Amino acid sequence: MTTNEEDDVTTTPHDVNDARTAPARLTASSAADAGARGDAAPGKVVFEATDLSVFYGDFRAVREVTLDIRQHEIAAFIGPSGCGKSTVLRCFNRMNDVITGARVEGDLRYHGVDVYGPKVEPVEVRRRIGMVFQKPNPFPKSIFDNVAYGPRIAGTKNKAELTDIVERSLQQAALWDEVKDRLHKSALGLSGGQQQRLCIARAVAVDPEVLLMDEPCSALDPIATGRIEDLMEEIKTDYTIIIVTHNMQQAARVSDRCAFFTTEVSEVSDTRTGVLVEYDTTEKMFSNPSDERTENYVTGRFG
Amino acid sequence: MTVIDLTRDGGPTGSERISLEANLSPKRRAADVAATIAMFLSFAVAAIPLALIIGYVFSKGGQVVDLKFLTEEIPNSYRRVGPGMGPAVVGTVIITAAASVMAIPLGILGAIYLNEYGKQNRLARTIRFMTDVMTGVPSVVMGVFIYVVWVLRFKAQTGFAGALALACLMLPIVIRATEEMLKLVPDELRLASLALGARRWRTTLTVVLPAALPGITSGAMLAVARAAGETAPIVLVTGLTFQTNWNLFEGNNTTLAAQIFRNASQPYEGAQLRAYGAAFTLILLVFACTIAARLISNRFATKR
Repeated sequence: MTTNEEDDVTTTPHDVNDARTAPARLTASSAADAGARGDAAPGKVVFEATDLSVFYGDFRAVREVTLDIRQHEIAAFIGPSGCGKSTVLRCFNRMNDVITGARVEGDLRYHGVDVYGPKVEPVEVRRRIGMVFQKPNPFPKSIFDNVAYGPRIAGTKNKAELTDIVERSLQQAALWDEVKDRLHKSALGLSGGQQQRLCIARAVAVDPEVLLMDEPCSALDPIATGRIEDLMEEIKTDYTIIIVTHNMQQAARVSDRCAFFTTEVSEVSDTRTGVLVEYDTTEKMFSNPSDERTENYVTGRFG
Repeated sequence: MTVIDLTRDGGPTGSERISLEANLSPKRRAADVAATIAMFLSFAVAAIPLALIIGYVFSKGGQVVDLKFLTEEIPNSYRRVGPGMGPAVVGTVIITAAASVMAIPLGILGAIYLNEYGKQNRLARTIRFMTDVMTGVPSVVMGVFIYVVWVLRFKAQTGFAGALALACLMLPIVIRATEEMLKLVPDELRLASLALGARRWRTTLTVVLPAALPGITSGAMLAVARAAGETAPIVLVTGLTFQTNWNLFEGNNTTLAAQIFRNASQPYEGAQLRAYGAAFTLILLVFACTIAARLISNRFATKR
């Protein structure tokens, strides 16, 4: 664990509080690290999670996660199956709300605003924070209607405007050239890789600030995976991306920062709880991790 | 050299040939042939009564059904030979339509509650149980129920009372069929819609319902067909008429199914032919209705 929280770059007023009350913040953004990376100005903080725990009923699935997500960076969550990385990801756009019995404790701030505040409307959160799922899940509608779905529910009715958004989103998702002649054909006729890029186009069509990706390539072949990774690299100038992946090479290839989660088995109750072990720049995580468990995992000795 | 043998029974060892053929014993081959024949025969046996009924009704009823038969009043004596079934056609259409208007929207909304909102809570579980029980209630019991709570209270047998009884019969079928169809819509689609910032009602309306629409239509048409063919509750609560009655709320009414029941039990040739004609008309009516519903739902259903 890094303990130099005094060196934390304070970009929001909450950091002041955190330094006093929160435990060591697992950010890789400490001045020393930033200097070591030759990275002069670390980005603005988009998400601040402090002691974030997720419960399913009485069972605590993830325990006290504390990390910062920075703007225009790709953060990767890695770790073995069942360590709660997807659960943590779903906290960011409140998708845990739709799971019966799921409950979130701790503090999660988006640009300083409490995501789980009493007046917060999950629908508003999700319009700003898009999500791409593990399995491509296009609607059984035309390609056009899939991409236009988000803008339509946000109130865009103008046909010309929708056409513009659809073209722009599909181009961003590097799918436009392949589908421009069959926009009004069913999206289910596309291949798996194309469907996943369509889902990315659909997510970016509402112009979100953050894109959450829950193992977006696990159902795709290496070529389709490569295209999605290139795509992430391209769009990261516009978005902030958090990706959950099982593939450590993928995390090493695409991410700027990397969080390693693992499961702790309680000796008392024999329940498994996900914990964040280490969060740092990807370079450091893969070359010189501070925690032995991280090293074991990234070198393949465990998991 | 090792012998590779991929036959099922294992070939003689020592040979160097590779065999990929199925080496089935005569007994297995016989069982295969017997099972194939048995399956075909079961299908034929199941299809025979169906073909006979349709063939018989079409040949007997086809003789008498023409425009006059469909529009003229019912002779008020069973002895008389000749058309018509006009009042019963009108009665069937308006009573079934009124029952559908009451039962189908209510049933679909109920199913949406069960599957999208209630899920496994106490109320949803209770409704689901009651629906199952209601599906098994004999139609005559539903007729008696409407007779007691509606006909006796307003002292009149009307088409609307019949529609109420039919709606009670249709409701559980529509609810369960729709719920089954909603269950088949993958959760990923709901999550995708929610993740794009859609509210629950919007997700249901724009993603879930369109995806389930073909199945919901089938379920609704099944309920319509069952209602159109119901006899006992109609005979009990709508009374009998020989003149066309377009008014659901006043005066007795009649339906094709009720007329089949009344005419077929008469010893007179004319009445029996009218019963066949009514049966033929009823089958055509339900058939036409199903095709129309399919065409309409295909326009709104999501493209596969």
